[in-house]
Amino acid sequence: MKKIIKYVITDILRNRIMLAYTVFLLALSFSIFSLEDSPSKGLLSMLNIVLIFVPLMSIIFSTIYIYNSVEFVELLVSQPLRRKTIWLSLFTGLAGSLSIAYLVGVGIAVLLYEPSVTGLMILSIGIFLSIIFSAIAMLAAVITRDKAKGIGIAILLWLYFSLLFDGLVLFLLFQFSDYPIEKSMILLSMLNPIDLSRILILLKMDMSAMMGYTGAVFKDFFGTSTGIIVSFSVLFLWIVLPVWFSVRRFNRKDL
Amino acid sequence: MIIANNVTKKFGRLKALDNVSMTCNKGECIALVGPNGSGKTTLIKSILGMVVPDSGFITFNGNNILHHWQYRSNIGYMPQIGRYPDNMTIGHVLDMMKDIRQQSKATDEDLIDAFQIRPLYKKRMRTLSGGTRQKVSACIAFLFNPDVLVLDEPTAGLDPIASEKLKEKIILEKKKGKLVLITSHVLSELDDLVTQVIYMQDGLLRFHKPIEEIHTDTGEKKLAKAIAHYMQHQAL
Repeated sequence: MKKIIKYVITDILRNRIMLAYTVFLLALSFSIFSLEDSPSKGLLSMLNIVLIFVPLMSIIFSTIYIYNSVEFVELLVSQPLRRKTIWLSLFTGLAGSLSIAYLVGVGIAVLLYEPSVTGLMILSIGIFLSIIFSAIAMLAAVITRDKAKGIGIAILLWLYFSLLFDGLVLFLLFQFSDYPIEKSMILLSMLNPIDLSRILILLKMDMSAMMGYTGAVFKDFFGTSTGIIVSFSVLFLWIVLPVWFSVRRFNRKDL
Repeated sequence: MIIANNVTKKFGRLKALDNVSMTCNKGECIALVGPNGSGKTTLIKSILGMVVPDSGFITFNGNNILHHWQYRSNIGYMPQIGRYPDNMTIGHVLDMMKDIRQQSKATDEDLIDAFQIRPLYKKRMRTLSGGTRQKVSACIAFLFNPDVLVLDEPTAGLDPIASEKLKEKIILEKKKGKLVLITSHVLSELDDLVTQVIYMQDGLLRFHKPIEEIHTDTGEKKLAKAIAHYMQHQAL
């Protein structure tokens, strides 16, 4: 498994996009922190980048990369290797290099300007999102053979998680505003890794006061250590489930 | 060595393999022949585990291949169309294969020398011509001295000299008692190679006979004519 990961990572490094991504994140994080007057404000601006840009980059790069390595996978499948090993190595290589790019690109600035709990939270959430969205990309890419369709599915999934889902939640909120739905909102937020990440970070920033009663309920749940453990386990599930489904699918796939 | 039991595979509505059963033993050289789209490549890919049958199973040395992925270390496979990562060089691909297989047995680099691949080691795969690609595929198939050779249209796209060299190599390996499975449309090439013939049509295995039986059946000495005889008389 290690060997295949090594080949995947050297291949990713060779195509330089990952390097450009790292440099871009570095430039962005340093300019944000030096433009804002207080580092905590800078962190808030960073949040939007982490929640929008990182998932987008992860899911699209991963999907395209998987489609481009069809030949590589085909070559390996006829060799004495377990299919699961091939697929998981591909995932590990992708998720690993995306996380490292993020860690270098954002981590340095955050640790220099705001090495607080909130800063660390942003770092860990960003890594989780990188891994989660490459896991979702693995699933999108294994479902269809057609490259255009696969990339389309990936982009739609990203749109769904970052925009449409919030719209749906807002719609539900207004429709059921007469009922006590705060508790179910917690459950609903678990269905979207981006939302869950946003809530986790905003609560660490003490912005919950601006979220009204729902914010208080959130604080009650996500503020406790049980809440944090539960939400990180849910984020972890968001990695495991897509990967598990994609492995199952890949095991039966005709090449 | 390889036994297929009622293997069926459908691609949508098309039955690529229809209840195919066959047995291949050591030391045989089996030609898989049949018209285009008769399921030859699908059968070969099922043996390699690249295509998963809808029903039926395949065993290799008595083990179901679905659960024993290690069996592939005994197979050298040369695909019909070799597809390799574009930005790897020939040298990288060969090194990677050696690295992955990590075989203690010495590698068999006869073909690399015969095809004069070494001077091309620094060339990227995407810049190669179809014929050179075929040569690389052949080198990889023979590299690890496998017990079974699965060759899908090995000589398609090769120049006459290279295909003659490949044929010599196949005969040499056959003499060592290896099982060789070979598909080809150029039946005249198979004449001095094969010991058995499997004829497939529309996903069905029509017959599996030793070459001597085919000669006596049809009275033809050449395989091409013998197969033509079968197709005309439909006496399958």
